[in-house]
Amino acid sequence: MSYDIAIIGAGVVGSLIARKLSKYDIKIALVEKCNDVAMGTSKANSAIVHAGFDAVPGTLKAELNVKGTKLMGYLCEELSVPYKNIGSLVVAFSEEEMETLKELYDRGMENSVPGLKIIGQDRLHELEPNVSKRALGALWAKTASIVCPYELTLAAAEVAVINGVELYRNFAVNDIQFENELFTIKAESGEQIEAKYVINAAGIYSDYIASLIGDNSIEIVARKGEYLLMDKSLGGVVNHVIFQCPTKMGKGVLVTPTVDGNILTGPSAKDIEGKDDITTTSDELDMVRKYTSYSIPNVKLNAVITSFAGLRAHSTKGDFIIEPSKVNPHFINVAGIESPGLSAAPAIAEYVQDIMLDVCGRLPKKVKWHRTRPEPIRFRELSTVERRELIENDPAFGQIVCRCETVTEGEIIAACHGPIPAWDMDGVKRRTRAGMGRCQSGFCGPKVAEIIARERNQDLLDITKFGDDSNIVVGKTK
Amino acid sequence: MLKYDLVVVGGGPAGMAAALKAKECGVERILICERDETLGGILEQCIHTGFGLHYFGEELSGPEYAARFIDEVEKTDIDVKVNTMVLDITTNNVVIAINKQDGLMEISATAIVLAMGCRERPRGAISIPGTRPAGVMTAGTAQRFANIEGYLPGKEVVILGSGDIGLIMARRMTLEGAKVKAVCELMPYSGGLTRNIVQCLEDFDIPLKLSHTVTEIKGKDRVEGITISKVDGNLKPIPGTEEYIPCDTLMLSVGLLPENELSRAVGIKLDKVTGGAVVDQYRETNHEGIFACGNVLHVHDLVDFVTQEAQTAGEGAANYILGKKEYPEFRVHTKGINGVRYVVPQRISIDGSEEPVKLYFRVGQVYTNAAVKVTRNGNVIYAKKKRKLAPGEMENIVIKPEDLQEFSEGDYLFIEVEG
Repeated sequence: MSYDIAIIGAGVVGSLIARKLSKYDIKIALVEKCNDVAMGTSKANSAIVHAGFDAVPGTLKAELNVKGTKLMGYLCEELSVPYKNIGSLVVAFSEEEMETLKELYDRGMENSVPGLKIIGQDRLHELEPNVSKRALGALWAKTASIVCPYELTLAAAEVAVINGVELYRNFAVNDIQFENELFTIKAESGEQIEAKYVINAAGIYSDYIASLIGDNSIEIVARKGEYLLMDKSLGGVVNHVIFQCPTKMGKGVLVTPTVDGNILTGPSAKDIEGKDDITTTSDELDMVRKYTSYSIPNVKLNAVITSFAGLRAHSTKGDFIIEPSKVNPHFINVAGIESPGLSAAPAIAEYVQDIMLDVCGRLPKKVKWHRTRPEPIRFRELSTVERRELIENDPAFGQIVCRCETVTEGEIIAACHGPIPAWDMDGVKRRTRAGMGRCQSGFCGPKVAEIIARERNQDLLDITKFGDDSNIVVGKTK
Repeated sequence: MLKYDLVVVGGGPAGMAAALKAKECGVERILICERDETLGGILEQCIHTGFGLHYFGEELSGPEYAARFIDEVEKTDIDVKVNTMVLDITTNNVVIAINKQDGLMEISATAIVLAMGCRERPRGAISIPGTRPAGVMTAGTAQRFANIEGYLPGKEVVILGSGDIGLIMARRMTLEGAKVKAVCELMPYSGGLTRNIVQCLEDFDIPLKLSHTVTEIKGKDRVEGITISKVDGNLKPIPGTEEYIPCDTLMLSVGLLPENELSRAVGIKLDKVTGGAVVDQYRETNHEGIFACGNVLHVHDLVDFVTQEAQTAGEGAANYILGKKEYPEFRVHTKGINGVRYVVPQRISIDGSEEPVKLYFRVGQVYTNAAVKVTRNGNVIYAKKKRKLAPGEMENIVIKPEDLQEFSEGDYLFIEVEG
């Protein structure tokens, strides 16, 4: 197949770019090496929309963070993605850290971050009674928010697909040739596509993808962050994103509510060898526990329901790299998108759109562009009356499959037949929350597997957790 | 709105026994709501034998034990709704439930028996480091795959936790042709019944590694192996004792947690140790007219005791519904100390009843040649020698009615281990 543009990587950045460019009357492919979208950094991060006072003034990070954060609320509403503007607090525990708050405040002012305020101890404890009594004050950033990053990615990719973008899954690019103004992009599976332009949004692998055209200017170090996710019963222990003062390795350990009502703490920060180490370690998780207790002394650390690790795509250059490659101007690098990458993502998509208009010349617009996707039904959020009506129209919504998160069979069926259907257990989990709760799919796992098998006309033996060889069961009983 | 005298939430062994007892006591309109496809609860996937020795005096499989109660329920006019999930209980005893046929129902109940059972502690709760591949599952999930769905969860298995489900699954997987390479137990003793250690591990030469835990999971897509380590007296892994075991499956049997989300939502007071409601000897919670029994109240090791407890709750609910409940003058509290982790019931209503009160309890570690002692205001009212006490085996003692007469308001009844 031949395309005008191929976007490599269906993370939040690639998917938002795909959505943005889908309004033009051109052929676009979105290629992803995994079995689903949002399988890398986009599914394992802090899920924070940062206000924008961290980035060094004058950098792309600073510019796109502040702009992206401004766009995020509206975008999430448009795409019906869970988002809450709860504000953040950087907490200072010493006079020295109070000085750091002032520096952050000044930096924020330079970056044109609205809604910043330094508050004292009393006001801080009024806002967050569970923050350590040793805290002296905080930088309050009212524009900081929380979002569901994988749902945002999925929603963006779905809108792209609805508008004609073709998604290739399990397409792990391992060779790119450029001949006669056309890229030939090959996957490990032997599949191949052609495209006039390539957008490299391959996250931690973006240096590798660039190297395939001989562009060795990018070096991405995978920086691992480990997290603990706590039970919903802890909800309300904090109501803002609680940061510690930043160090050179990152923004410190944060404690935040998630849009789903859990509490998330982390990340640790450790540069790793290679790019596929997403193991959790007891040392790093102990560190997360320690720092969490430092901010919030009475947080119940035994309420952890799962731990996970994600990799940040840290560029050795320090800033986002969003520009046509020096080797081939038809190959656009969108690399080094580490924090505040999620916050900046909506602005990155606009920025890349401008680059494409620049390199491609004028692009024709589609007559009809669908801005959004059908809103997914979330049974647990409906009122009694709405629930009653829903079940009357479709009895599948009367069968609860995941009891912890109140997910119905109807929602799982819908996830199997959406614009980007779920092909595996984790795909259903990210779309519906079945298995995300406190029992972590102990009860619903077998049922979800059965429903996927039925809806996809497959045997249970072929159902995987997340594609490849991650099969749930290995054979039949005697 | 539907109206019932009694709504029983959960159609497992506890729910069925409670409903049947209430029926026997003369309650007219009873409904059981069961979230699974059939009555029977977790017993339906427990196809091994060992059920019913105490209650029926014979050895039955889980489905057989359940069938005896299902048959009894079918003989009565107790209404049963399966595939029905209770979403909420309001403070004025309205049960909100849904299913495919009836849609969303609001059911008004005079009394409610909570019998939702328990769930397994997942991997996250014990934070095992490593990757997150397929092939890590709780023993109960594996049991469902094998015994209900007919699929083999893995071929080379390590089990963490020597609770009864872990032990039972070690044997089950072996019988299915899988190789169970080890059962690891964090504690220096097994949490399971002695008979299960003998019949499920020793008879099949499956090594039980006490004071061991899993310290890493390896594997990208599916589990490829795990590292186990010996733990010290503080249960911390000892560096240098790591042993790598190649396997495709890690089964977790690391504890059961009563499922009390509904109870919590309606404001029922819970016991921090059991994870279940605080109840009196009739299994009535602090919310009048709401009773609890079975594994939702505290985790049992034998279903026979679940049945007995549920009958107590069913009778309590019936007395409440039929206006026969004696309102207590006051309540005394029971408390486990010196090695006794918990006692159920947590309080005794002193209402002039002439019935003895049976107290169930568990100890926190293994004791040999010890004694159990019950005291009130420093006076020993019960003492008994025990050859062996273990956390995996629930114990009970009976308090005689004449001893209860002596109580006054605010008294504590302490149960402790000596020796």
